[in-house]
Parts: sequence; structure tokens; C-alpha cells
Amino acid sequence: MFMATPFYSLFNPNPQIEMRIRVQTIGVHSEFKKNKVTLLVMRSFLGLLGAARVCGINVFSIWGLGFKSPIFYKAFTLLFLAYATSAVANNWNSPYSAEQVESSTIFSSFSQSPKHLDPVVSYNSNEWAILSQVYEPPLQYHYLKRPYTLEPLTLEKMPDIRYLDKSHQEVNADSAQVAFTEYLFTLKKGTQFHLHPAFVKDSSGAFLYHNLTPEALDDIKYVVDFKEQSARELLAKDYVYALKRMALRQNHSPILDSMTQYIVGLKAFSDQVTEQYKVELEATDKRAQTHYFDLNQFDISGVQVVDNYRYKILIKGKYPQFLYWLTMNFFAPIPWEADAFYKQAVLVEKNLTLDTSPIGTGPYQLVENNPNKRMRLLANPNYRLELYPAEGLAEGADPALLLDAGKPLPFVKEVIYSLEKESVPLWNKFLQGYYDASGVSSDSFDQAVSVSTSGAMNLTSELDEKGIQFLNITQPTIMYFGFNMADPVIGGYSEKQRKLRQALSIAINFEEYISIFLNGRGEPAQGPIPPGIFGYIEGEAGINSTVYDWKEGRLHRKSLEEAKRLLAEAGYPNGIGEDGKSLTLHYDTAATGPDSQSMLNWYRKQFALLGVELVIRATDYNRFQDKVRKAKVQMFSWGWNADYPDPENFLFLLNGANATINTDGSGINSANYDNPEFNRLFQQMKTMENTPERLNIIQEMLTILQEDAPWAWGFYPKSLSLYHGWLHNVWPNPLANNTIKYRRVDVTDRIEKQAMWNQPVIWPFVVVALIVIGSIYPLMHAYRRRQTAVVIANKQEEM
Amino acid sequence: MFEYIIKRFLFAVPILIGVNLITFALFFMVNTPEDMARAQLGAKQTTPEMIQSWKVENGYDKPLFFNGDAAGFDKVTETLFSQESLKLFAFDFGQSDSGRQISADIQERMGPSLAIALPTFIIGLVTTIALALLIVLFRGSTLDTVTMMVAVAIMSVSGLFYIIAGQVLFSKVWHWVPISGYTPGWEGVKFLILPVLIGVFAGLGAGMRWYRSIFLEEMSKDYVRTAKAKGLSDIKVLFGHVLHNGMLPILTGVVVVIPTLFMGSLIMESFFGIPGLGSYTIDAINAQDFGIVKAMVFLGSVLYIIGLILTDISYTFFDPRVKLS
Repeated sequence: MFMATPFYSLFNPNPQIEMRIRVQTIGVHSEFKKNKVTLLVMRSFLGLLGAARVCGINVFSIWGLGFKSPIFYKAFTLLFLAYATSAVANNWNSPYSAEQVESSTIFSSFSQSPKHLDPVVSYNSNEWAILSQVYEPPLQYHYLKRPYTLEPLTLEKMPDIRYLDKSHQEVNADSAQVAFTEYLFTLKKGTQFHLHPAFVKDSSGAFLYHNLTPEALDDIKYVVDFKEQSARELLAKDYVYALKRMALRQNHSPILDSMTQYIVGLKAFSDQVTEQYKVELEATDKRAQTHYFDLNQFDISGVQVVDNYRYKILIKGKYPQFLYWLTMNFFAPIPWEADAFYKQAVLVEKNLTLDTSPIGTGPYQLVENNPNKRMRLLANPNYRLELYPAEGLAEGADPALLLDAGKPLPFVKEVIYSLEKESVPLWNKFLQGYYDASGVSSDSFDQAVSVSTSGAMNLTSELDEKGIQFLNITQPTIMYFGFNMADPVIGGYSEKQRKLRQALSIAINFEEYISIFLNGRGEPAQGPIPPGIFGYIEGEAGINSTVYDWKEGRLHRKSLEEAKRLLAEAGYPNGIGEDGKSLTLHYDTAATGPDSQSMLNWYRKQFALLGVELVIRATDYNRFQDKVRKAKVQMFSWGWNADYPDPENFLFLLNGANATINTDGSGINSANYDNPEFNRLFQQMKTMENTPERLNIIQEMLTILQEDAPWAWGFYPKSLSLYHGWLHNVWPNPLANNTIKYRRVDVTDRIEKQAMWNQPVIWPFVVVALIVIGSIYPLMHAYRRRQTAVVIANKQEEM
Repeated sequence: MFEYIIKRFLFAVPILIGVNLITFALFFMVNTPEDMARAQLGAKQTTPEMIQSWKVENGYDKPLFFNGDAAGFDKVTETLFSQESLKLFAFDFGQSDSGRQISADIQERMGPSLAIALPTFIIGLVTTIALALLIVLFRGSTLDTVTMMVAVAIMSVSGLFYIIAGQVLFSKVWHWVPISGYTPGWEGVKFLILPVLIGVFAGLGAGMRWYRSIFLEEMSKDYVRTAKAKGLSDIKVLFGHVLHNGMLPILTGVVVVIPTLFMGSLIMESFFGIPGLGSYTIDAINAQDFGIVKAMVFLGSVLYIIGLILTDISYTFFDPRVKLS
């Protein structure tokens, strides 16, 4: 999945740090109380002065300055009154109301407005951060267990799996006759959809809000504004309806074409309903947004509703990764009533659609969606009983993560995401305690993190004293430097061509890159599979021996001499080719901003170390993508985030069948790597369970890749996140998005800290006011003198 | 005057058609419908079928200006330009490429933009004129020299610096107001204080110098000497005569701005989290959302034309010699 804007997924606090913070907090609290008393006394005094003046009693006078109007005095009186009354109000600089601060609310931010909140369309992390709290696909990742483990979410149990042959007779999982896999899903009973106007019926049983007029929507901004709200139980047909919506091409689901390869009958169904819908749209002259198409009248041959609580999906062949897809919102249930309700033109005109106002069964309901300002989630009052996990604590995790074991979820009643486009206000509001968590941008890195001589990252003392917690995790992501294997110079599979890429892989020193451009926030990649995914091996056994050596228990990049030797063997001694000319290579990039220049210069420098000239071809992102799709690049940089924790999701990036030149540009293998042996092993590996045999095959594949070097491997980025001590149960899970329900907030601690960190400083205002007032008299005096001086001078002249 | 206004609005039609032509040509020189589809559908898992389906759904499968496959007049009407432009003249902005109703978005965002732009404009204008008059009152004095030096200094510093410094000083260090955010109604005043203050301050330097030069020019005119000869004080001369006569050149630059206040301010709104129109166009350009780009360029042009007409009309109020015909 492509990452847009991270909504910070966080992990455990160090218990020792937490203890130290608790001790510090006690000291700070007593000081805070002392300050609070002083402020109250001061405010009361000023308030009394103001109140006295309002009652007509002049406690003190400034008439001495010669003003005829008491306007300045009145202004001060008002100021004093306002200040005095603020003793009982919220902090002056608080962006929230006192009620919000005092409630169990998580305050978070987003920098990029979500474009789509329709679960069959949405495929961005910033959208899923919200959607995953609202919708519930059948499965989820266990919050605490590592490695990542699937568990039922709305299901009674994990799906029952049967393997079938061509005649639909059951066979063993290991049988070569397996032609289909059947998944049977059994839902928990009693799960309710959110309260919603789409379900409301009148006394005659007809839907009350399915035929709305513009007048009926005068006071309606969000769906929660409808007077009548109702819910209904989640049924198996709602999951099937979601699949049918995905198949409708007019809905533009990004995974439709992938899923048609696996789900039996989905392609035929998609073609049928898409054409039928098109005909209906043309006949009614309507757009897809405003014309409800009854998908219930059609069936997908491989998907079947068994009864109210059970449904089946038939998959072609074996595809164990299908279960991972079932944790994604594409497979979340959609009630047909909501689809019909949102197709009303009057609602569409108000931007009330399934794409803006989701309706799910999750722990939270989206009650406000203003993508330009704020997204607000409220706890679902009808949420079924789901408990905080009582087991599965990973090795090294904080035992405090089990303090809430067995308690009903969710803990937090409200989540407010505010739009923060700029990093400066975001960072400062986090430091003031107005955001519960924050990332660490390059601008604030030095303020947040201190790097020791050994390279270890720690919080700075300023943040440590505030009780802020620090998280540093390696993302299941690879950022790679790719070689176009279809290019006649840099590509190819001959020994010389391989050695050229190997030499360059050594020269592009990603340890240095990470240090210079990422403040150390990355881990040099040894292959396409990042840490945390099956197939990644730590330590000496997992190193890329083409580029690295293992010495004294750590990685050592091979020397430049080794790279030069390889380059000479490739036919370019000191970077000079057989034609006597220096080797010139081209690097395509969409990084055109001024900040990118230093990075591009660094690449030039690394190539120059081998005597190779690097020509940068910078262009805009559209053109860059187009060139990659058409294989008109030599070298480029790109990245990939895990969709699911399976090595297939990374190794398929180098599978020959996915090469862009083999797929008319739609393949994901941008390096156009196509090694028959690798492809064979990939086909063998991709449907296997995570067994030692599978690991052996993966190792074999990685060895082939390291030798062929279609990528210079790049790095696995690390994510640095911070959160305040009052936020509890924070544990990183980059693959799960529905984690807000586990979080807990210590509201009392937050209120105290916010008040302590945000006491208004009054003296600058008084000083400025005094300067302004003080300057008025000299000005008036100067003006009078100026007027008088002219008159006297004239008189003297006349005399 | 009514006839004049009608005439000016009619003149605006070819201008707006020209603006649309340029917008269409420039946008599609940089972006292809395929790029736009990819921007909306995401780069992953996107197949040619999905792209074609999106183009048809959103009308981007048609030629831009000329449809060679169509017959007769349809060669011109069955084009993207024709179908999208005509609707704009009826102020039917349609929907964005991501599916949102543009009119609803504009209505929702206009309020916050005005909430910050209008006070900044009014307070800024009054403050700048008042300070300029004060300087003129003390012209030639040390105060005049020092104020002009300060004005040049204010002009020399980037507006971004004032924003960041203001946020750090007033919110982070002194804790007076929120750093950013927005709430409609009176509760939201605390969010507007800082951006308005910074907006006014950032405009002080240029405004003071400009208005000072206007008022100084007026001060050297005969009517001022006559007024002084009658024994009027400097204050009465300034406020009673110079201010009124100096308003004409001020109006030239000020009234034209008023309608465009609706369009908001990109940087201010971004830094202060104001959900206005300021970033709407830029975000749309970045997202390759042509629906929004064309609507906002059209709206901006209309508002600018209205501003120019208002400027002409305002002349008649301040200078009786001016007649619109």
C-alpha cells in the first residue's frame, strides 16, 4: 500500500523511562499547584479592581496624564475582568473547548485530506487511519502478538477452509488436484451497524429517508443531523454486497482486477453488472453517483450467502494470502440500504455520499467529515462486546500493555483529527500537549532526538522532562534504487553486466545516505524483504554478500577497491569503456525541488568515485511514472509498503510476469527483472505456508537476486514517533490500522500538564500597553508645540 | 451608470472565455487524462481498463477543443472545453474529479476565508491610513524618519517569518492564543487574533509608505495652503481635506481587492489551519483535479472583474467630476 500521511502508529514505552517520568511528575505537580495559587490570587485582585471600576469606584486613577477621556482606563478594566474570569476557563492558547479537554478524547492531526472514504475505493494510509475505526472486515491482526497474527474480528472463528478439485470434490491441502479453495465465514451474532438514517422506517415499513427533498435537508450538514436514526444487525449478505460493489467498475475499486484473478465468477459478474449499469445510466441520463443500481438481483457464482450469519467465497487454486486481504477495508460490509440512501441527488449535492460519510459496524462512527478542517470520530454506543487482549505479549514488550486485559473496548470516547498542513504548528502544539502524538520531521529532529556517538537515538532532555515517550521502529517498507534490466547498458544478465551493477551497488553507500539525508532513520537493505516479514534473516546469515562483509559482529560495506575491480571486470576500468570514453549513466527522478539538489549531488559524487559520470534527468512525477512504465529509464528510485506480512508481497516486485514491459506498463516490476529460475521459485513459493521449506526457497531466491543485483537495495525506513505519557496501550503495528480502540487516555494527567505548560505570560502585554500609553503624551505635547511654534515664528517675523 | 455596468459585464464574457481557453490549454499541456486518472485511482494495481473507465465516467475521453469524429456543429460542442466551459457561465461548477460537489465546497470554505481576510483588510486599512496620517502630521521630524526606516524593515522581512515568529512568540512562549485552528462563530475569535494581527503587521510597511506619499502629495496642493490660511489646525486639514482627496488613488488599489478576499490566503490558511479557499486551488493542482482548477480560475477571474467595476463605481462617490458612461 502507498503511504500518504502517517497517523502515527506507536509502540511501547520503556518501563524504566516511565518510572523516571512518574518521579519527575510528582515534583512538577507541587510546583504547578504553587503557581496556580499565585495566579488565582493575582487574577482575583485584578478582577476586584475591574469590578470596582464597573461599580463606579475609582480605585486608582491615571488622570494625571491629562487625558480627558477615561477610554484607556476602561480598556484596562475590561482586560482585567477578562483575565480574572479566565481563572475558571480553559488555557488561553488551547485550541479545544474545556469540555473536549476534560473528556476521554484523543487529539490527533492529519496533513493531507482524505480523498475517499468509500471502503471499496480507499487505498491510502491516511484514509485507512480513519476508515479502519469505522469499518470492520472479517479479520484483523492481533494487537500484541508478533510475528503478525490474524484473528477473527466480526467472525466467530477463523474461516473454515476446504480444498476442492476441478469437480468440486474435497481434497487434501497438499494435493496436486487442488483447483479451488472454499472459505466459509461465520459471523458473530448481534453485531450492529452504526445508528444511521438509511435504516429508519416509517409506520408502514417504508424507508423514511430514501426519498428526500431539498427542503428536508435545510438543517442537515452531516448524517448525524437527521432526527431519526436507526440501526440493524450485521448479516452475511452485507459482506457479499460489499464484494458486489467492488465488482462494479463504475465504483473504481483499485483491487478489482487483482481479485478477479482469484475469486471465482467475479470477472463475469463484473462485466455483467458494469454493462447493465452503463445501460441504465445512459437510459436515465444520470451519473453513477446519483443512480442506485440494485446489485442484489445479480449473483457472483463463487460467492454465496449460506444463511444470515454465514457466507462462502470460492478462490481459484490456492492463495493463502487471501486471508490477509480479508483484514482490509475492501472486504468490509456495506448495507444495501446505505448504498440506496446515498444515491439521492439531494444528498450528493451536499457532499453526503458513501465516499464522505461511511457507515460501518466498528467501534467508532465518523460524525464530522470536513477534510479541510477536522474529522471527528465518536464511540459507537451499539458496539458489541469486544475485549482488550489478555495474552500474546511479544518478547520485550512492556508488561503494562496487559494492564487493561479483558476490559471492554473502546476506551476512548472521541477522536478528533485536525488538519495541520505545516510542521511548525503541529510540532509546537504537540509540545504544548494539544496533540497526544506526533511524528518527528527533519525540522524538529534536533529538538526531539539526540544521537549518541554510537549512533543510538534518545530523546533530548527537554522532551524527556515532559514525560514524552519515544518510538523508533523499522517499517515494513523498502526504498530501493532500481536498474532497468531491459536497458542495454545497465541491464542484462551477462557476467559483465551483472558486475557493473554489483560495482555500483557497492559505490552507492546507503549507510552514508541514511546518515546524511535521513538523520539515521533507516536500515540498509539486504534484499527486498524488510524486517518483520517472513524470509527476513537478521545477522550474518541474512547479509547481501555481494555488497557487504560481516566483520566483528557487524555489517561492513565492501571497499571501493572491490567495486573498482568489479567495474574493471565489467569492461569499464576506472570508469572508461572499450571505446575509450568514460561511462555515462542516467538517473531519472521526480525530485526536482531545491531540497533534492544535495541528494542528487550526492548520487553524482558516489558514481564519480568509480569514474562513472551520472546524468540526472529530473522531471515531474507524471512524466517520471510514464517513463518507468515505458521502461525508458536506466536507473530510478522507488519504494513499496507491505500490503500484508508475507514475502510474496515483496518478491512479486521482481517476478518476471509483473515486469512493466511484459504488462503494457501496468506491472509492478519496474526494474523489468525477468530471471526464469527466480520466476520458477516464486511460483513455487507464493502459495506455500511459512515453513522451513519455504524459507529455504526464499533464501535461494534472495541469493539469485543479490547476484543479479537488479536493485541497489536501498534501505528500510525507520519511523520515529513521539507520544505523551498520558496516552496508554501504545504498541506499534504498521499493518493494522484499527488500533485506536485499544488506546486509553489519562485525562487528569493531560489537563494538569496542559495547564502547567501553558500558563499565559502577561508582562509583555503590560509593557507594550505602557509604551503605547506612554508615547501618546509626548506625541500630543510635540504636536501642540509644533502648532504653537509656527504661530510664534510668524508673529516674530511680523514684528 | 447601470448601462455602463451592463456593458462592462458583457465585455467580461470574451475575457472569461479567453481565461478558460488558457486554463484548459495549460492544464492539459502538463497533465494527460491518464495522469489524472492515476492520481485519482492511485498508482498501485491500476490497470488500463480502470483508467479508461474513469476517463469515460468523468468525460475526459473527449477531445479537448475539436472533435474530428463528430459531425457538423458537434465537432465543437462534443469536446471537453465546450461541455465544461458552458456550465461555468451558469456558475454550475459540477463535481471535482474525486467526486465532491465543488459549489458545496466553495460555500463551506468561503466563510473561514472571509473570517480571516475581512478583518485583516479592514483593520489593516484603517491602521495603515491612521499611521500614515500620523507620520504626515509629524513630517520631516525624527519620528517620520524612524517610522520610515521601520516601514522599510517590515517590508524587507518575509511574511513567513512573521507567521512563524508570531506563532512562537504569542502562542508557544507567551501562551496567549492558539497556534492554529478554527471554529466558526464567536468561539473562533481566539483563533483569528494572531493571523489577523500578523496580516495587519506584515502589510504595515508597504501600506504606510504608499499612503504617506499620497498624503504628502496632497499636502503640497493649493487647497491645503488655503485651508491652513483659514487657520485650520493640521489635524483638521488632514482629516477634513487631505484624507478625502487622498482616497481616490487609495481606492484604485483597495476596492479591486475586496471581491478577491473570498479567495483566501494560501500561506496564512496553511499555517493557521484555517479551512478556507486559500489552498483549494493549489491542492487541486497538486492532485491534478481539473474540475476544481477550472472552477477556481473562473471564479477568481469573475471576482477580479467585479473588483475592477466596483473600483470604477467607487470613483464616482469620492470624485463628483467622474461620471461613468
